[in-house]
Amino acid sequence: MEYAIELENVRFAYHDGRPALRGVSLRIAPGEKVALVGPNGAGKSTLLLHLNGILAGQGRVRILGQEVNGANLGWIRAQVGLVFQDPDDQLFSPTVFEDVAFGPLHMGLPEAEVRERVAWALAQVGMDAFADRISHHLSQGEKKRVAIATVLAMKPEVLALDEPTAGLDPRARRGLLRLLARLPQTMLVATHDMRLVAELFPRTVVLDAGQVVADGPTGHLLTDEALLEAHGLESPYLSPLP
Amino acid sequence: MHIHLLDQYHTGRSPVHRLDARVKLLLTLAFILVASLTPAGAWPAYLGLALLALGVTLAAGLPPLLVQRRALVALPFALAALTVLFTTEGRPLFTLSLGAWHLTASEPGLIRFLSILLKSWLAIQAAILLAATTPFPTLVVAMRALHFPRLLVAIIAFMGRYLFVLADEALRLHRAREARSAVIGPGSGGSIAWRARVTGGMVGNLFLRSVERSERIYNAMLARGYRGELRTLSPPRLRPADGVLGLLFVTLLALIALLGW
Amino acid sequence: MIPILADALLAPARMHIPDGFLSTPVYLAAWVLALIALGVALRRTQETLGERQVPLMGVLAAFIFAAQMLNFPVAGGTSGHLIGSALAAILMGPWAAMLIMTSVVAVQALIFQDGGLLVLGANILNMAVIAAIVSYGTYQLVRRLAGDRPWGTFAGGFIAAWLSVVVAAIATALELGFSGTSALEVAVPAMAGVHLLIGIGEGLITVGALGFIRATRPDLLSAEPMGAGTGGRWWVAGLGLALLVVLLAPLASSFPDGLERVAEDYGFIEAARNAPYRIIPDYLFPGVSNEALATILAGLVGTLIVFAVTLGVVRGSTRADRRPPTADGRPQTAD
Ligand SMILES: Nc1ncnc2c1ncn2[C@@H]1O[C@H](COP(=O)(O)OP(=O)(O)OP(=O)(O)O)[C@@H](O)[C@H]1O
Ligand SMILES: [Mg+2]
Repeated sequence: MEYAIELENVRFAYHDGRPALRGVSLRIAPGEKVALVGPNGAGKSTLLLHLNGILAGQGRVRILGQEVNGANLGWIRAQVGLVFQDPDDQLFSPTVFEDVAFGPLHMGLPEAEVRERVAWALAQVGMDAFADRISHHLSQGEKKRVAIATVLAMKPEVLALDEPTAGLDPRARRGLLRLLARLPQTMLVATHDMRLVAELFPRTVVLDAGQVVADGPTGHLLTDEALLEAHGLESPYLSPLP
Repeated sequence: MHIHLLDQYHTGRSPVHRLDARVKLLLTLAFILVASLTPAGAWPAYLGLALLALGVTLAAGLPPLLVQRRALVALPFALAALTVLFTTEGRPLFTLSLGAWHLTASEPGLIRFLSILLKSWLAIQAAILLAATTPFPTLVVAMRALHFPRLLVAIIAFMGRYLFVLADEALRLHRAREARSAVIGPGSGGSIAWRARVTGGMVGNLFLRSVERSERIYNAMLARGYRGELRTLSPPRLRPADGVLGLLFVTLLALIALLGW
Repeated sequence: MIPILADALLAPARMHIPDGFLSTPVYLAAWVLALIALGVALRRTQETLGERQVPLMGVLAAFIFAAQMLNFPVAGGTSGHLIGSALAAILMGPWAAMLIMTSVVAVQALIFQDGGLLVLGANILNMAVIAAIVSYGTYQLVRRLAGDRPWGTFAGGFIAAWLSVVVAAIATALELGFSGTSALEVAVPAMAGVHLLIGIGEGLITVGALGFIRATRPDLLSAEPMGAGTGGRWWVAGLGLALLVVLLAPLASSFPDGLERVAEDYGFIEAARNAPYRIIPDYLFPGVSNEALATILAGLVGTLIVFAVTLGVVRGSTRADRRPPTADGRPQTAD
């Protein structure tokens, strides 16, 4: 079977030499929606950056059956839509329109199609009216939506999202949740939002200290208190502190 | 927390707002050029330019008072021109005696001084009108379309995007310092040199944050297919209205210039 | 917040020349010089890094703008600020610094009307080109003298920042003088005098920033930022340019022209010499009759004295004391 995402014993250390990923293996089937949870510093963001070759350590990363290497980066990056944690990093262009157009333009698409895709992607996230706005002037929730549109415009097969609900108020969070539920892509979503995990993802991967410590149906994992406790996680069903 | 305070742009749908930014930028420069070339004491020309600026202000739907208030920013610089009052030869007007200082102002000196102030006041109104009716991103597109150096325009585009983000961060650092120094008490906080060094520490801190942010931005660009060459959409076409308005404005400027020479 | 911002916007404005204050030949000449320098800077930057560093330079331009907002109270309601050319040149090399500072100055003119548009070339020349070359050259010279010992970074940073501000201020005064807007005999000593002081603030902030960076990310303080090179060319260019500007001032103002005679007739020069903002008590050398020569000598000796004193002080103090804590509360370690 061909997996949408396949990691085989991926190891990675930043410049300072401390390992951030210590042999991660993971297989995600096409269309699957998977949550990636774990404490701060577990390596979630680092792992997502491996999916399209921005970081490359030892081990293998395959996307839709293709091994990520220097030669096919252009193709890989069009297949994996990576949305960064801070929308102020993701939205680096002066206007919303230019930001959403950035991906399609750098895929080498002709201008007419670029414009079409921008309109389509903004409509997907319900931000069509915001094309000419300055990114800085958007609310946090609007920024998160536009950030997703910037990768949707590239029509990726895989979405890799880093903490999509961080910093959102309940209403914006709800809206984003609905949006994520509607999108058909294969998804790997790093998050601390355990309610999001419970509501949206059938499968959950727990990462701690650069290693996969659990991988299975969300329902099972979230009721395994010993596991949650051991890795600094909280069940969304738990009552408030005693 | 956002610093909107510094944002000069005023939303609007006036003909001035809709005029192509390339045309607007060039007309602004032409206006300032005419002001700068107008000889000292050519009052009718200065009046003409002032009326033109007022006309554009009204056409753009901007409150004239607001424009005038902002036009004061260059006023402190007038001090630099004060000496022409006394160093230009001509019919003496009055003499100031301040202790050892005996300064005699001349009539041509006064005319030159006033002309410099007028030029600067007119020029700054033009710059305000440009900034108040043109969103920054549009200005960037115009600079690119006018073939300003690509690299410079790209830097300016990023700068415009992150100006307020970093200004917010700077303000947070500043507040954090204030909060801490309040514990010690007012007026304390060490010598000037020490304070300067603490400020330097904040600047260094801000620098590191900036470098780290730029690394994350670079990654985000890579993730969306950037391979070292920035591509942009072609600029919008000029409309007939842009040409007509541009010509009209240039004609008015030429007439005013004739008044002056 | 509002006072901070207003203050921040007004304070550096002293060096941002507005439109109307320069004559056409002067601002055109400034444009020519600035464009030549920018042309080289663009080519050099693209050669060494291509467009890979575009986001870095863009964010750093925003950083300089934001850093100019950070101030510290000095006395009597005034405050010290950064202009930032020296810091940019030391961290990024002179070529990249020219582009960064050009963007800063251009955006300040375009968006905030801080400095004029037609005279933008002059403001770029002063704050982006001259300041970057002078500060980078000075910095590299002091580092060499220090033989790469830590005090070289700090002494170099201080002198570079101080000198760049003073030289840029004198260049501003010269442009105003050549335009017939200010009397040179007043503008030069006034601008130089004020900025001899402002430059100290610039120097201290720059040293503080370098100290913080050295303590947390020493890798960012490379000897040759962005392939700029530390070769002899830079300090020759830097000091040469500084000397040229400093020497041009008295030479230009000593040419007997109508303006000056009037000023002399009314005792204006005498008055200017006794003005309260003068720092060096006796600007002229006693016993040297030629006024221009005396002023040049005084300027030279003054520069050298400041240079030597700073070297001595910084060298001594980096040995003796541990740095005070930074804004972050982290201790700065100098070496
Ligand atoms: N640019 C970097 N340079 C050096 N070390 C880094 C860098 N980015 C992350 N690290 C380190 O790598 C480890 C993994 O970090 P990562 O950001 O992947 O964690 P995370 O699971 O995303 O955490 P969080 O929940 O806080 O976002 C951490 O120890 C972190 O300090
Ligand atoms: Mg993370």
